[in-house]
Amino acid sequence: MQIFPCPFCGPRNETEFHFAGELGKVRPDTGKEVNARDWATYLYAQRNEKGLVREVWLHLTCSELFVMERDSLTMDVRASKSLRGDAL
Amino acid sequence: MTSHRTDRAGLIDRTQPRNFTFDGKAYRGFEGDTLASALLANGVRVMGRSFKYHRPRGPWGAWVDDPNAIMTVTLDGRSFPNCPAATTPLVEDMQARAVNAWPSAAFDIKAGLDLFHRWLGAGFYYKTFMWPDWHLFEPMIRKMAGLGDISRDAPKNYTADQVHDHCEVLVIGGGAAGLACARAAAEAGRGVVLVDDHPIFGGGLHQSVQIEDRTPSEWIADQLAAIMGAGGRVLPTTTAFGVYDHGLVGLAEYGAFGTAPHLHRMRADRIVLATGALDRPVTFAGNDRPGVMAVDAACEYLARYGVLVGRRIALASNNSLADAAEAMLTQAGAKITRISPQDGAIRALGGKQLKGLAQGLRRHEVDTVLASGGLTPLVHLWRHAGGKLDWCAARQAFLPGAAPDGMVAIGAANGTFDLDQALSEARAIGAGNASDAAARTYSLTPLWPEPGDKGRQWIDFQHDVTLKDVELAARENYVSVEHLKRYTTLGMASDQGKTSNMAGLAAMAAIQDRPLPEVGTTTFRPPFVPVPFEMYHGHHGKQLWHPLKRLALEPQHRAAGAALGEYGGWLRPGWYGTGNRGDLIRREVLSARNAAGIFDASPLGKIEVMGPDAEDFVNFIYYNTIRTLKPGNIRYGFMLTEGGIVMDDGVIARLTENRFVISCSSGHVDSVREHLEAWRQDGNNPDRIFIHDLTQQWSTVTITGPKARDILAKLPLGLDLSAQAFPHMTVQETQREETPIRIARVSFTGDISYEISIRSSRASDLWDKVVAAGEPHGATPIGIEALSILRAEKGYIMVGKDTDGETMPHDLGITIPRLKKKPAYIGDRSLHSDKANLPDRKALVGLAVGDGDKVLPTGAHIVDGTLSRSLGYVTSSYDSPTLGHPVALGLLENGSARTGEIVSVWHMGETRQATVCAACFFDPEGERLHA
Repeated sequence: MQIFPCPFCGPRNETEFHFAGELGKVRPDTGKEVNARDWATYLYAQRNEKGLVREVWLHLTCSELFVMERDSLTMDVRASKSLRGDAL
Repeated sequence: MTSHRTDRAGLIDRTQPRNFTFDGKAYRGFEGDTLASALLANGVRVMGRSFKYHRPRGPWGAWVDDPNAIMTVTLDGRSFPNCPAATTPLVEDMQARAVNAWPSAAFDIKAGLDLFHRWLGAGFYYKTFMWPDWHLFEPMIRKMAGLGDISRDAPKNYTADQVHDHCEVLVIGGGAAGLACARAAAEAGRGVVLVDDHPIFGGGLHQSVQIEDRTPSEWIADQLAAIMGAGGRVLPTTTAFGVYDHGLVGLAEYGAFGTAPHLHRMRADRIVLATGALDRPVTFAGNDRPGVMAVDAACEYLARYGVLVGRRIALASNNSLADAAEAMLTQAGAKITRISPQDGAIRALGGKQLKGLAQGLRRHEVDTVLASGGLTPLVHLWRHAGGKLDWCAARQAFLPGAAPDGMVAIGAANGTFDLDQALSEARAIGAGNASDAAARTYSLTPLWPEPGDKGRQWIDFQHDVTLKDVELAARENYVSVEHLKRYTTLGMASDQGKTSNMAGLAAMAAIQDRPLPEVGTTTFRPPFVPVPFEMYHGHHGKQLWHPLKRLALEPQHRAAGAALGEYGGWLRPGWYGTGNRGDLIRREVLSARNAAGIFDASPLGKIEVMGPDAEDFVNFIYYNTIRTLKPGNIRYGFMLTEGGIVMDDGVIARLTENRFVISCSSGHVDSVREHLEAWRQDGNNPDRIFIHDLTQQWSTVTITGPKARDILAKLPLGLDLSAQAFPHMTVQETQREETPIRIARVSFTGDISYEISIRSSRASDLWDKVVAAGEPHGATPIGIEALSILRAEKGYIMVGKDTDGETMPHDLGITIPRLKKKPAYIGDRSLHSDKANLPDRKALVGLAVGDGDKVLPTGAHIVDGTLSRSLGYVTSSYDSPTLGHPVALGLLENGSARTGEIVSVWHMGETRQATVCAACFFDPEGERLHA
């Protein structure tokens, strides 16, 4: 079982967290015309990188989302940081 | 039978005899024996039959490395399959049976299968049973395959305690190195936990005469006393079965036989592997015969159990450890003949009973063959953790190389096979220092399988894989070790190749004429030894996995005779009273329609959204336009996923300019709150929006029905309840005895309804007053079952029941925001995809049947005329007490255009007719709703 560091609560078991998404995914401005390809990319395309990744996770017990930098290959967790302020 | 028990040696308690049976025959052993040692002491060698050929087999090893002696053990009427005899402690009255053998291991009826071995090589099933169809043969083959039979009765109270634990240094393995290291670490002030899978610490030390001027038992006791004296903990009979992500170690701590082990989820800052090494088998003809055993196993049987496995022993070893073994066994009375297996091919003679060993033309009349092809360090846990292995030519073994974080290997597990060096290494590591590589005395002559040798030479005992099978696999180009493993099933049995993997990959290396390290190893995966499934279930089960949410009004409901059940995670009244369930629910529906129903709606979501950006936020969250909602008003709306799918419906009330209350469905509160938080924090300014879920802090009592206003009027709230002053879809806030009360006029039944919300600590008072006020009007409490019927009569949907994972809002007839709403909202673009625009989307419809017809089954498919395709299905269906006939809702392709059409409804072979109608059967004009 992995241990993730919530920036607010400290290290906790992974069962307390939900994956929320890859960092940097920007919602297209649907107030304007959005073509089907861009919308489908937003909905479904994941980078799913091997190695260093930056992701948004939710700590269920405190309801805070945060950014976590980890290695998808070795499962090393490098850092985590609140979504507020500068991203990693 | 001759007794193989020696007079003195061993750690068994000779004052405590233990009676047991094996294959129906009675034997006697001692406390401290294992099943295997007790049987060997009684001269029993055939303890099982092999997996495929039903060859007689006896123990090769004395502990976890034994692949052969597997038994089903019955104790106190409970039976446990696949117990390894070499590790199962002997208990009074145990009844053991060999697996894969009938009627007994000694006389197995399927032994004849061995005669057909020529046709049963690797890949035999794949090749033979292709035509005409594998499924024809599958049942028979499945029946013949496998080892023990699982008892049909699940053992009661077989539940593992689960402990989350932490220590600074976890030492795995309580042999000489582990003990010395744990002591050094404990004395250096570290918090140490030492585990060993044996009941008695010491590993192979018991084979020694003396260690540091003490007897092994004294020395071990000294170390344990010092470790505990320095605050360390020691766990015997505890197996470290796996290392998982981020250094989590699974420890199974065994107690009495037949009880579930305790599971320790151990987090250690540092893990020291002192897991030792195994003798690996020598590959020669007949090397699977009972009586062929590991050198180390014979020494362990003697040292721990006082069992001398044979009188005339051939010792076929390629390494320097054989001298000590020879001395020890000679001392115990055995006659040893040393054989150098590397000097020429050897073969075992005899069948069930070993007759001797031949090398070339020389025959040795022996009753036992002890073999060792060198030591293989136990690096399983090292590999679980991601550590690398390096090939060591001098030791002819894979040794721990680049270390995983926080892990270090010592002693034999690290290739330090000499005791003195192992002790100094262990003490250095324990004290936190580097260990110097000292001179070594261990030496061996390389000895590996030689392809082309005659006879049947076993590589994998447990899965019956021979050298010829490996050669066949190589010929058919299954040369990668991972392919070799899967094609021949080498190393795939319950011992996971502890004895076979090295021989298998060495054989492949020899066949291809490649260096052994180039062939590589297969992947080591947990568990190290088979452990009960109990070790793998989560720590949250049953109630703890999904704790029921309880109502503040539960005592009132119980007093009123409620039938409580789980609905959407809440324990809530299904109906009230005792008697026929259908009649009771029917009566509640009628009382709600004719007078009023009083309903505990507390589980309904009460999520407050506040702040200067709250309006824009809820307008973005909802499909419907919320921006135009005036304070004091309520609007019904959908929340969508970004895919445009309806995830929840409910009402939102605007209390003030910057304060909203979202009343999502009872079962969706947690997911809606999470959804709101995700959008609040990621995509909005979280300092300008605040989300506060008060669902469990506030309770809600609903009065619904034509008499609702009269009943509410009896409560001293000081409100004008007239339809003009308090119309449908508005909310009022008031106070009573300094307690805020919120009253929403909103309906889930189609009749005039008031939802009265109050903080939960005051709910019982409110409930009692409402029930008392309702009584003269004939109002009664109603449960969720009656409510489900009431709302279905009106055609109000339940998301997740009347919608599915493809339902979009326009499928439910709410089309205007999709066409008109300008500002962005979640899921907006998806509502204009090609898929969203298809004309044959499944839409919500009503389904009418004739008066006197039976209720349509929920889930029944609406089919086209030829029964070849489902056009939709029935989602909600009830016999309406109000209308006196069945009502049903369904999702139907192109449903809105089919009104009036007669469709076929198919269920369990029966086809019925129904008429498509509007999804509202009660008060379609809404006169009662707005009354």
